[in-house]
Amino acid sequence: MYAFDFVRPKTVAEAVKALAAEDAQALGGGQTLIPTLKQRLAAPAVLVSLSGIAEMSGVSLSGGTLTIGGGTPHATVAKEARAAYPALAALAGGIGDPAVRSRGTIGGSLANNDPSACYPAAVLGSGATIVTDRREIAADDYFQGMFATALEPGEIITAVRFPVPEKAHYEKFAQPASRFALVGVFVARTGQGARVAVTGASADGVFRWAEAEKALSGGFSAAALAGLAPPTGDMISDLHGSAEYRAHLVKVLTGRAVAAA
Amino acid sequence: MPKDGIGAPMKRREDLRFLAGDGRYTDDINLHGQAYVWFLRSDVAHGRITRLDTAAAAAMPGVLRVITAEDFAHAGGMITAWQVTNRDGTPQAEPKHPILAEGKVRHIGEPIAGVVAETLEQARDAAEAIELEIEELPAVVDMAAALAPGAPKLHEDIDSNLCFDWGFVDDNKAKVDAAFESAHHVTTLELVNNRCVANAMEPRAAIGLYDRPMDHYTLYTTSQNPHVIRLVMGTFTLQIPEHKLRVVAPDVGGGFGSKIYNYNEECFVTHAAKLVGRPVKWTATRSEAFISDAQGRDHVTKIQLALDKDGMFLAFRTETMANLGAYLRLFATVTPTYLHGPAAGGPYRTPVAHVHVKGVFTNTVPVDAYRGAGRPEGSYQLERVVDKAAREMGIDQAEIRRRNFVKPEEFPYQTPMAVVYDSGNYHATLDKLLELSDYAGFAKRRAESEARGKLRGFGFSTWVEASGLAPSRLIGALGARAGLYESATVRVNPTGGISVLTGTHSHGQGHETVFAQIVADKLGIDAGLVDIVHGDSDKTPFGMGTYGSRSAAVGGSAIAKATDKIIAKAKKIAAHLLEASDADIEVADGKFTVAGTDKAVDWATICLTAYVPHNYPMETLEPGLEETAFYDPANFVYPAGAYGCEVEVDPDTGAVTVMRFVAADDFGVVLNPVVVAGQQHGGIAQGISQALLEHTVYDESGQLVSGSLMDYAILRAGDVPGFTVDHSCVTRCEHNPLGVKGCGEAGAIGAPPAVVNAVVDALQAGGYGIKDIDMPLTPSRVWAAMHEG
Ligand SMILES: Cc1cc2nc3c(=O)[nH]c(=O)nc-3n(C[C@H](O)[C@H](O)[C@H](O)COP(=O)(O)OP(=O)(O)OC[C@H]3O[C@@H](n4cnc5c(N)ncnc54)[C@H](O)[C@@H]3O)c2cc1C
Repeated sequence: MYAFDFVRPKTVAEAVKALAAEDAQALGGGQTLIPTLKQRLAAPAVLVSLSGIAEMSGVSLSGGTLTIGGGTPHATVAKEARAAYPALAALAGGIGDPAVRSRGTIGGSLANNDPSACYPAAVLGSGATIVTDRREIAADDYFQGMFATALEPGEIITAVRFPVPEKAHYEKFAQPASRFALVGVFVARTGQGARVAVTGASADGVFRWAEAEKALSGGFSAAALAGLAPPTGDMISDLHGSAEYRAHLVKVLTGRAVAAA
Repeated sequence: MPKDGIGAPMKRREDLRFLAGDGRYTDDINLHGQAYVWFLRSDVAHGRITRLDTAAAAAMPGVLRVITAEDFAHAGGMITAWQVTNRDGTPQAEPKHPILAEGKVRHIGEPIAGVVAETLEQARDAAEAIELEIEELPAVVDMAAALAPGAPKLHEDIDSNLCFDWGFVDDNKAKVDAAFESAHHVTTLELVNNRCVANAMEPRAAIGLYDRPMDHYTLYTTSQNPHVIRLVMGTFTLQIPEHKLRVVAPDVGGGFGSKIYNYNEECFVTHAAKLVGRPVKWTATRSEAFISDAQGRDHVTKIQLALDKDGMFLAFRTETMANLGAYLRLFATVTPTYLHGPAAGGPYRTPVAHVHVKGVFTNTVPVDAYRGAGRPEGSYQLERVVDKAAREMGIDQAEIRRRNFVKPEEFPYQTPMAVVYDSGNYHATLDKLLELSDYAGFAKRRAESEARGKLRGFGFSTWVEASGLAPSRLIGALGARAGLYESATVRVNPTGGISVLTGTHSHGQGHETVFAQIVADKLGIDAGLVDIVHGDSDKTPFGMGTYGSRSAAVGGSAIAKATDKIIAKAKKIAAHLLEASDADIEVADGKFTVAGTDKAVDWATICLTAYVPHNYPMETLEPGLEETAFYDPANFVYPAGAYGCEVEVDPDTGAVTVMRFVAADDFGVVLNPVVVAGQQHGGIAQGISQALLEHTVYDESGQLVSGSLMDYAILRAGDVPGFTVDHSCVTRCEHNPLGVKGCGEAGAIGAPPAVVNAVVDALQAGGYGIKDIDMPLTPSRVWAAMHEG
């Protein structure tokens, strides 16, 4: 690592202030950022740790909306969201390994927006709202391609609000080495119709599979997908799978997710 | 038998410290005043260094010295231990392998300079300040391309990228070709044995120390063979005579072959310690391990099997290209030749065979022995082609093997591949496999899988290997530049405790437990009285280390021999004390008794008498009780086994799940069933990992695409079911004193073909017309194969 200063604010306001410094960067659970620093691929001057901010942590349910603090670790979501939103809890419980789940946070995952990460599928698939220190961003506006989001420099994800759907399920097919999603599909049946969000597959990051949503909105069953061609678009092709394979998996996993929801 | 003698299921005593976190590894050692090195490594696979200016780096805070190839002008290159002779009688090509790049870089990760500084971060900061310019040259990573006319040439000091062109046994060639002419059926298979990165849990590390007043060096290093490092690094590369160099390999967290070789970094820290006058430490990051540890396998092979109408093998022949990477390490040329060719014969009576291998230099990380070293590559091709032949001819997989096995009564069996199998019973292990795997019940299990929409397959692999390296006279005739005996000193202390000094090295195998059992068994004493000392060239007699499943068969035999010498002397002491003839003394339960009487002395009295020789036969016997033996085996040992793997394939995704895995092995006499089972489990897991997951991928420019654990997949415990392992079929090794064969490499040899054959079986049963598929059988590959049509 290169040398950096380290601050650990107690409130969001203090954190926002600290992040205004030149080359300051937020530190969530460090599961992505710390390895990056160790490899000397980033050189922030100040790391602003968000882990001491009580108001950013925790899971709460109110009127059909589940709110998760931006600094909440995956393991907490896996445990505390189980009753209210089992599909989301299961997704969080399937991220990485116990160490990663104990440290990594939902805010960090969404800020990073790795094209193979799991949470983006849940957020987009649920039609969640990203709450920051300065505004609220609808999921449909938030994800802007691989590692790109609507966040402004220094903006902090303080919470994520999930409208709990009638039914939902996340089906993940693990990349054999990293165990991130080679492809992951999150399906939800909501009062406004079905949502299908796909992670891992596209070079543009998480996306909604519109044809599948349409088919499922007519009838939420795997059979409704039978006639669909796999999605096209800019599928990732790498040593773990061709674009064609990924597209095929999207369809298979969508069917499985619907069946399991 | 004493309670912890040979065959006792003693728990591994070393696990107490390993599991409690009390192991003492090289990186745990911190010497007074130590400095750290960070290596500047090549980030291109092939290029000419046009500028290397270290002045700015040398001026950085904390920097003690920036060391480049010029500082090693006095040193030789790193050597290779075997000279393979080409088919035309000329020797293999041996380009220089410099410690630091000399004007040219030939693979990703090749070290160019080392910065020695007060702290690691300072060294790293300074390394970034080195002004390096490399004129990139076209790289070649594909072997066929490397051998094509006009290919980019790696080494100026040799003619082409061909290292050797070797045939075995060349005299067989005409007979083999004739057998193919008259064959009823010929099965041909082209395959790739995928390149693996060993990924030992502990990354390599080294600390160099120089004692100026004594002009003496010490190297602490993660090695499987400290004496070998002292010899080859000291004498051949750095020009340090052996008495001026001590090499210590303390606890080592796994080697799998990758820690056999003398590495650049070991040479560097040893010499750098002298240059800077401080101990110099290096510990690899995992990323560095991917680009600097020797990698394994990487063969491209065409194998053909000729059969008669009854499915009897008439001959086989193979054409292999073996990727050596950019440079030769110690066992680089013997691994794809003599360790690979003879193994290709397998447990079968095939009358003639011919193995042809070309060793090829490419702009990739050097390749060398990796668990099994050549024998997995040999077994893989043979078991795959046998499987294919059985399918083509409609013969049951077990039956075609049984028909062709060497028969139990035919041992010792002279194979067409120059080696003589001393003992074995391949029918017994196959029968055991069929029983333990409930082969008869497979059809039912398949139907059950199909009902769940899954394809199920059963794959066989029956293997034999030549291990227990190695009879020195034989290997000398084949080009080895060393002997492969092993040494042991049994040092009895005055009050009866014993230190056994062995030239082998334990890096996870359990020697500290098993070797103590050998001595305890022979003397009839508690194994708690015996400690094993290994890994320090100043303490142990000269020995060749641990690899090639040699430690029990060769090292254990040396210990048995030295213990026999102890017993012979102890009997003389007992005879003196009991006023009897030593010929009449018997040893049992730690007592030395005059046969047929109740006159006896115990072990403690013997030891005390030897060291406090007040009443002692001084005229005929020296005081003390310490013996050394060197043991050179008369032959290799030939462990063998029959493996069965059952898989389920998900036709929707191509995902393969191993449902059951059964191994029925013959390892000869089993010294400790717990330790042997552990070796079986680990080897099988490693073999399954190669078959399903591990994939070392370079792009066309020679960049390593799978250069981290985020992209290079290794088996995790949850990926496999519990294995059923058996070693109850025992045929004794006929030529070593313990009757033991080797078990360390078994699983890595036997498992891969069983897995792949099972997947082929599942896919064919599912109506997919695929005849072949290459490792690793990742979901995407399996799916692609299913849809190729
Ligand atoms: C071995 C391993 C396996 C993994 N497997 C999976 C997996 O299967 N699925 C999956 O989805 N992920 C996986 N991950 C990633 C994991 O979920 C991380 O937690 C996540 O990517 C980053 O979260 P973090 O809290 O650790 O963020 P950090 O690493 O601390 O930060 C990441 C980025 O987000 C920024 N940031 C952090 N918090 C906030 C915030 N509240 N507001 C704004 N910006 C912020 C940081 O500045 C940084 O740029 C894995 C990681 C590892 C190491």
